[in-house]
Amino acid sequence: MGLLRDLIGGVGRSALALLGGLGRGVLFLFRTVAAIFSLPFYIREFWHAVLTIGYFSLPVVGLTALFTGAALALQIYAGGSRFQAEAVVPSIVAIGMTRELGPVLGGLMVAARVASSIAAEIGTMKVTEQIDALVTLSTDPMRYLAAPRVLAATLTVPVLVAVGDSIGIFGGYLVGTGRLGFNTGAYLQNTVDFLETWDVLSGLVKGAVFGFLVALVGCFFGMNSGRGAQGVGRATKSAVVSASVLILASNYMLTELFFTG
Amino acid sequence: MIELRGVHKAFGANRVLCGVDLVVPKGKSMVIIGGSGTGKSVALKCILGLVRPDAGAILVDGQDVTGTDRESFLGRFGMLFQGGALFDSLSVWQNVAFRLLRGAQKSSPDRAREIALEKLRRVGLKPEVADLFPAELSGGMQKRVGLARAIADDPEIIFFDEPTTGLDPIMAGVINELIREIVVEMGATAMTITHDMTSVRAIADDVAMLHDGVIKWTGPVGEMDASGNPYLDQFIHGRATGPIEAVR
Ligand SMILES: Nc1ncnc2c1ncn2[C@@H]1O[C@H](COP(=O)(O)OP(=O)(O)OP(=O)(O)O)[C@@H](O)[C@H]1O
Ligand SMILES: [Mg+2]
Repeated sequence: MGLLRDLIGGVGRSALALLGGLGRGVLFLFRTVAAIFSLPFYIREFWHAVLTIGYFSLPVVGLTALFTGAALALQIYAGGSRFQAEAVVPSIVAIGMTRELGPVLGGLMVAARVASSIAAEIGTMKVTEQIDALVTLSTDPMRYLAAPRVLAATLTVPVLVAVGDSIGIFGGYLVGTGRLGFNTGAYLQNTVDFLETWDVLSGLVKGAVFGFLVALVGCFFGMNSGRGAQGVGRATKSAVVSASVLILASNYMLTELFFTG
Repeated sequence: MIELRGVHKAFGANRVLCGVDLVVPKGKSMVIIGGSGTGKSVALKCILGLVRPDAGAILVDGQDVTGTDRESFLGRFGMLFQGGALFDSLSVWQNVAFRLLRGAQKSSPDRAREIALEKLRRVGLKPEVADLFPAELSGGMQKRVGLARAIADDPEIIFFDEPTTGLDPIMAGVINELIREIVVEMGATAMTITHDMTSVRAIADDVAMLHDGVIKWTGPVGEMDASGNPYLDQFIHGRATGPIEAVR
């Protein structure tokens, strides 16, 4: 009896904590959007964020896309050959990269790189009272820290996705022409013929949403970091885990929204 | 004038402030003393609105602080944090000039840097440190940069949380004199937390002692030695035995 009560109590408490966290997260989202659309806008912080979030993520996003596109070509070839449809490799690689793998893998890589570093940086600022110091210097931490990062991620991740798409398709091309015996001109022609604008565009929209979520989650956990080094560590971990799950969940919802009905 | 009326603050089960009443007259220097962990820093943060009191009222110039526009309210304050709280992504001079470089009445970068160098000089730092980053400074230097930042735009009300801990005796003397100057010459209102009795005597007009969540004694610094208050006496003379337990 006592055990059951403890169990139910425990589940109830966890559920309440989750709901409470969700509520604070949504509130944080609204406050961040409000901060983005209000003055002052800290332009230097914004460019700095563009550099660290966007530019410095290029190598890792590019490499991820290259290998993914290459592996994708091999798999589709293997699958396609079961019903004599090897010719679909170029178009399926292109569609797979632009619609799904470009944005999702790009988003996950950015989550690992950026959500963690934002959470650790802001969390450290929190535990060393730098956020308090900002407030006393009449600077709103939401405008100074959150708004530039979230805006920068929202704008730059689609660019990263576009780069990743191209590199991924190129990876498929390398494998297709080098290992699977496709004619170089035909491969490219096939890619271009079958790829539609919306395939690419939908991926870029996904990228923007993922970028927004990654930076938002990083800022949220950083600003709510617990005390001490342990608090920052926990905030960083939570940021990466939450950002990754949010990306995969919102990817499903966006895919439903874009490609069904 | 700063007035605290029955301010309460608890963190979970840890009751830190249990009805703090205190008045700091305009243009005076108030020093708060009290054992480690008694809530001195928390009291200052309550006034600034960084920590929300559970009960009680805080008034600045007769106005309740919760009712005012926060940004312009904080524009009148300067604060030296106990740990310095320097922005480690900005260089020393950019830290000092943080407020001068932003906000409504911002100065040009050249002018801001000039002011920053002047403030650094006043806290005993050479111009060479201006372009270093906080992580490249010693603890005492960081503290002094924090001090320079607190006074950078000549605020009306300044809070110093342990301005001289970690400084050598000579530098501590320089800082004590500086705080005194700021109050006397610029007419600022100052609240200083310190454990150093030499600093208390050098800086204070009035002294308040915080213990067990309340102000145990407050009065002019001249009356401190003859107060007859057992808490204050034990603290001033640093005795291990008395009404204040050594283990808290
Ligand atoms: N953000 C916080 N969350 C939880 N507890 C806190 C927080 N800030 C302070 N405390 C607690 O409040 C109490 C008073 O802390 P405070 O920093 O005000 O002490 P202090 O008087 O300034 O001590 P010291 O002289 O050592 O600086 C301590 O027990 C501390 O653990
Ligand atoms: Mg303190």
